[in-house]
Amino acid sequence: MTVIFDGIASGMLLFLISVGLSVTLGLMNFVNLAHGAFAMLGGYVCVTLLKRADVPFLASLPLVMIVVALVGVVLEKTLYRRLYAATHLDQVLFSIGLMLMSIAGAHFVFGDQQQPLVLPEFLQGQINLPGLDVGIYRLFLVILGLAIAATLELLVRRTRFGAQLRAAVDNPRAARGLGIDVNRVFTLTFALGSALAGLGGALGVEILGLDPGFPVKYIVYFLIVVAVGGSGSVKGSLLASLILGVADVAGKYYVPEFGAFVIYAVMVAMLIFRPQGLLGRALAH
Amino acid sequence: MRDDAVTLAPLKQAARWRRAEWGFWLLPVLAYFVFPENLVLLSQIAITGLFCLSLDLILGYAGIVSLGHVAFFGVGAYAAGLLASHGFGNPLLGLGVAAASAAVLGYATSFLVLRGADLTRLMVTLGVAMMLYELANKLTEITGGVDGLPGIEVRPLLGRFDFDLYGKTAYWYCLVVLFVLFVLARRLVHSPFGLSLRGIRLNVARMPALGTPVNRRLSAIYTVGALYAGIAGALLAQTTQFVAVDVLAFPRSAELLLMLVLGGSGTLYGALIGTSVFMTARYLLSNLNPQYWQFWLGLMLVLVVLFARGGIMGGLRNLVRGMHREAR
Repeated sequence: MTVIFDGIASGMLLFLISVGLSVTLGLMNFVNLAHGAFAMLGGYVCVTLLKRADVPFLASLPLVMIVVALVGVVLEKTLYRRLYAATHLDQVLFSIGLMLMSIAGAHFVFGDQQQPLVLPEFLQGQINLPGLDVGIYRLFLVILGLAIAATLELLVRRTRFGAQLRAAVDNPRAARGLGIDVNRVFTLTFALGSALAGLGGALGVEILGLDPGFPVKYIVYFLIVVAVGGSGSVKGSLLASLILGVADVAGKYYVPEFGAFVIYAVMVAMLIFRPQGLLGRALAH
Repeated sequence: MRDDAVTLAPLKQAARWRRAEWGFWLLPVLAYFVFPENLVLLSQIAITGLFCLSLDLILGYAGIVSLGHVAFFGVGAYAAGLLASHGFGNPLLGLGVAAASAAVLGYATSFLVLRGADLTRLMVTLGVAMMLYELANKLTEITGGVDGLPGIEVRPLLGRFDFDLYGKTAYWYCLVVLFVLFVLARRLVHSPFGLSLRGIRLNVARMPALGTPVNRRLSAIYTVGALYAGIAGALLAQTTQFVAVDVLAFPRSAELLLMLVLGGSGTLYGALIGTSVFMTARYLLSNLNPQYWQFWLGLMLVLVVLFARGGIMGGLRNLVRGMHREAR
């Protein structure tokens, strides 16, 4: 049971970080491999706020989101926008470049050691139920993850902005003809994706650690979630993160000699049987 | 029927060897005499050039995107390394076995890659490479893991030329293998088979209407690409007499993509020029400032994608075209 709960919690963390990617990649169809760099930025901003400015952990989270979203907006307006129409390969190369630069930058500013993060006391410790040990922080992650999934789903499916976004992605020309400011919609969406990445990065410091290698170490996991979950589907990402989280933790627990082999095998198998992802729309290209 | 002969003329023209190409192949021979201290680097360039060529075949010509091409390089390296460490040190035998094992893996995985569009392909190729990496990392009894394969001994080439400390034999060996495989690749891309690949890249939907079996062609070129990459891996294992898990690591795939894009994908010389420029730049820059090499690497990628999509070959082509216009 504990294995399953830990799997769900680590899947939830995976979801929190990769849901931002699901927004940029899934909804805007931009393969942003630099996503991990935004998450890393979120982590560093959070750690710096806690250490230098004595901001409490929970209060630092919205600040992190704002800072990362602003950086996202600047990058979107100057660089990303030029590549929306480019091929996936170009986008991959461009974002790999950006990611490498961010790693070197983090080295330069923060050095290559792990950054420590002290959680507030009410998030530490465990609740012991018969047969199940629940870490409080992990429980917090699960609840927050569910809340964000629900909010996003409502935002995309039920609001005017969500409708505009879906229209802008499916057919930018027609959307422009209907008076939708496509550029603005994309900028806002990109900011949202970056903010979520930053939030995930800040929340992940405790479990994943934080050092300049972060974007490369975990990008594969984020991509797996989005590719397996299916583009543009919040529910798909959630489901995929949970499956991968449980498979990863269970794999490491029961067959440690295989290491991360399990997670890649699960991914390849899922992609072979469902090339559009678990809940992906069958896109007419 | 006579019309055919007329319309095929430009294609035949393109398949003929030009003077500039002979000049290009004189450069590595000259380099041997000009930079005798840097033969190890030059061999590395030749090996990586071959590897880049293999990616160019599948990406530049057939349009199959791959983030995990390193899988075949690694399999080739391990095949040759394992053979040499178990007493079969004949280098040419090693090349053959490495090529065969990489090709088998390539053929088997080509069916996975053919399913799905770009993003799925990127992920599946990446996934296959990562699975191999994890396997090699965990099966330390066979592969030696991070510490590398112990006891690789490569016999003299053709029973006569010993692999010396200065890397002279190694350099000529790599160069000859590269040249032979390049000539074959050049024939391949100018053959009807190669033209059909270009057709597939430009318009997948139309090629079946012309009677081209799209999936069979793609799986064939993917296998050829894997075979080339396997040979490149074997060359690395034999000339350095060392194989460790980092032959399968992800950064190698990413760097390879950069070299190809830098040189210009879809041209065979682009792959070789991109590799030479990249490897030389890395050699010089990491001497200056090893820690921030990654930063320059990233900057190069961003600039190439934003401003120089044709790479170096694209730039040269524009230059030549411009000069023609001036002359007229």
